[in-house]
Amino acid sequence: MSILVDEKTRLLVQGITGREGQFHTEQAMKYGTNVVAGVTPGKGGQKVLEKIPVFNSVKDAVKKTKANASVIFVPPPFAADAILESADSGVELIICITEGIPTYDMVEVFKYVKNSSSRLVGPNCPGVISPGKCKIGIMPAHIHKKGNVGIVSRSGTLTYETVGQLTAMGVGQSTCVGIGGDPIIGTRFIDVLELFQKDRGTKAIAMIGEIGGSAEEEAADYIKKHVTKPVVGFIAGQTAPPGRRMGHAGAIISGGQGTAEEKMKIMKKAGIKVVKSPADIGKTLVNNM
Amino acid sequence: MKIHEYQGKEIFKKYNVPVPNGILVNKKSEAAAAAKKLGTPVVVVKGQIHAGGRGKGGGVKLAKSPTEAEKLAGKIIGMNLVTHQTGPEGKLVKKVLIEEGMEIVKELYVGILVDRQTSQIMIMASEAGGMEIEEVAEKTPEKIIQEQVDPVVGVKPYLARKLAFGLNLEGEVLKKAIPFFINLYDCFVKEDLAMLEINPLIITGDNRLLALDAKIDIDDNAMYRHKDTAEYRDLDEEDPLEVDATNHHLNYVKLDGNIACMVNGAGLAMATMDIIKHSGGEPANFLDVGGGANEEMIENGFRILLSDPNVKAVLVNIFGGILRCDILANGVVAAARKLKIKVPVVIRMEGTNMEQGLQILEESGLNFIVANGMKDAARKVVKAIK
Repeated sequence: MSILVDEKTRLLVQGITGREGQFHTEQAMKYGTNVVAGVTPGKGGQKVLEKIPVFNSVKDAVKKTKANASVIFVPPPFAADAILESADSGVELIICITEGIPTYDMVEVFKYVKNSSSRLVGPNCPGVISPGKCKIGIMPAHIHKKGNVGIVSRSGTLTYETVGQLTAMGVGQSTCVGIGGDPIIGTRFIDVLELFQKDRGTKAIAMIGEIGGSAEEEAADYIKKHVTKPVVGFIAGQTAPPGRRMGHAGAIISGGQGTAEEKMKIMKKAGIKVVKSPADIGKTLVNNM
Repeated sequence: MKIHEYQGKEIFKKYNVPVPNGILVNKKSEAAAAAKKLGTPVVVVKGQIHAGGRGKGGGVKLAKSPTEAEKLAGKIIGMNLVTHQTGPEGKLVKKVLIEEGMEIVKELYVGILVDRQTSQIMIMASEAGGMEIEEVAEKTPEKIIQEQVDPVVGVKPYLARKLAFGLNLEGEVLKKAIPFFINLYDCFVKEDLAMLEINPLIITGDNRLLALDAKIDIDDNAMYRHKDTAEYRDLDEEDPLEVDATNHHLNYVKLDGNIACMVNGAGLAMATMDIIKHSGGEPANFLDVGGGANEEMIENGFRILLSDPNVKAVLVNIFGGILRCDILANGVVAAARKLKIKVPVVIRMEGTNMEQGLQILEESGLNFIVANGMKDAARKVVKAIK
């Protein structure tokens, strides 16, 4: 088993005719993801990669192809609009890869999506993969292996690092969810933890956070109350100076809040196996399974 | 993007958020005329740097005559202003804002920010103005009121009243506070601000409500739709290496250590700094070359890293996804040749096209230290400088 995406996922790609959109669509198809449609306003009627039909609107694409998930490779000025369009068309799962969306746009989007039937993952995230079943996003496919560790992370490459460590030890993953590095994101640690706890295919969970905000603290509280599966945690930015944005828009210690030290302390108290070194995530997971 | 107080006040004026009259002065010799023009018995001479705590550092002074204003401007312009936010090295003051003196009856605090917990905009206000808000939050949290704003509705009079009553305002000032909060929120949203702070917001003897200070941070992601405020960027306030990096689409933050690192992805870059520290070293920087790095970006990355005289070794840590290891390896080899790199370079790479990448490094004949995994890489780079 897995969460969010699997063999039943019917994917539509927003921004499919762009360079990134087309490249990652091809990669996803090679992996076996069922890509059913693309959307680029004004380019409806074309075909991409010889067989994927392009539509002018998400509504048309959903009507004709029964797409139930969408991935967004649209530049930042237009990405919020793309999310809203998918939510308005009733797409169940919307995964937004785009980095650099203005924060206020996301304030509006968050509110709209919350009141819709859709779930948004991201923005500024690598996507979601259920190894062996479905890959949506920009993660390198070949490092993954089908198995029963669930990974949820605010960072893309740090997820790959964790996956790499696990696969090297022969341990596979149920689903890897990159929730994104922005201050406002559609799906948080708690949402994914709830799904992993319910998923029979997930036996252990890796939770990879970073400085800034309080999502890890909220997740720790949730884990203490609701999660019975072993959780290994890591926080990036233990050496980051306060007040400086570390790459991700959301990775900033402001007013003394959001330090790695504080997060690690609270996570430990909640029973999470917190590792100090990123090199120990995989090993610690295996030891706790 | 942070801006200066005088620029923040220019923005406020556009939204009818009242501020004292003031004149920006670049030279000592312009100060007396500015004070005379303002015409108040007392003027305030305020050094313009991005950091807070200017008053305590001696960068804000009262002048009782145009002559005194000129004298003080002369002292402040050119001074190295040290505050709790500048670090011990301080910041050079290049401009002062000469402002009319105000009869202050009460000092309040107002801040607007994006609350990550609720994913909404939040307005914070307090009667305890003029103090550090973090201090107020710690010692007397009951003195801070917070209101969440529904983006669909925005700030309507009822919400503004809630804030005003929460601040115990009354009479004429209460009436003025309603449009004040509505306009301030409007300013926050329309200008795509990431943070706005007025500390203090003052009530004057003649019952006016004015923003005596303006601390503003504009959302970097939204700069593309604000060509006018983009011009407010002051490169003098930024680290020259960081500016250089931004110009080459690299994300660089300078730190105090001596082991430089170059990584793809923000999370992995932070984790690399962490593991250097755990292995007994001190990271010299954060550098994320991103997923789409090419040879040129890698070369620029090396050039920037090595411009820091403290750097004694470099750790390259790449988990190749979209960024292929062979492209990285070519970039590293080209940079090493061109820049004649003398310090030890430890390279750890994994992921897409790792084998080809390793081969390129080996065949280059250059003296790289190849590592297997993050832990090995950190250990090797720490050892290399000992």
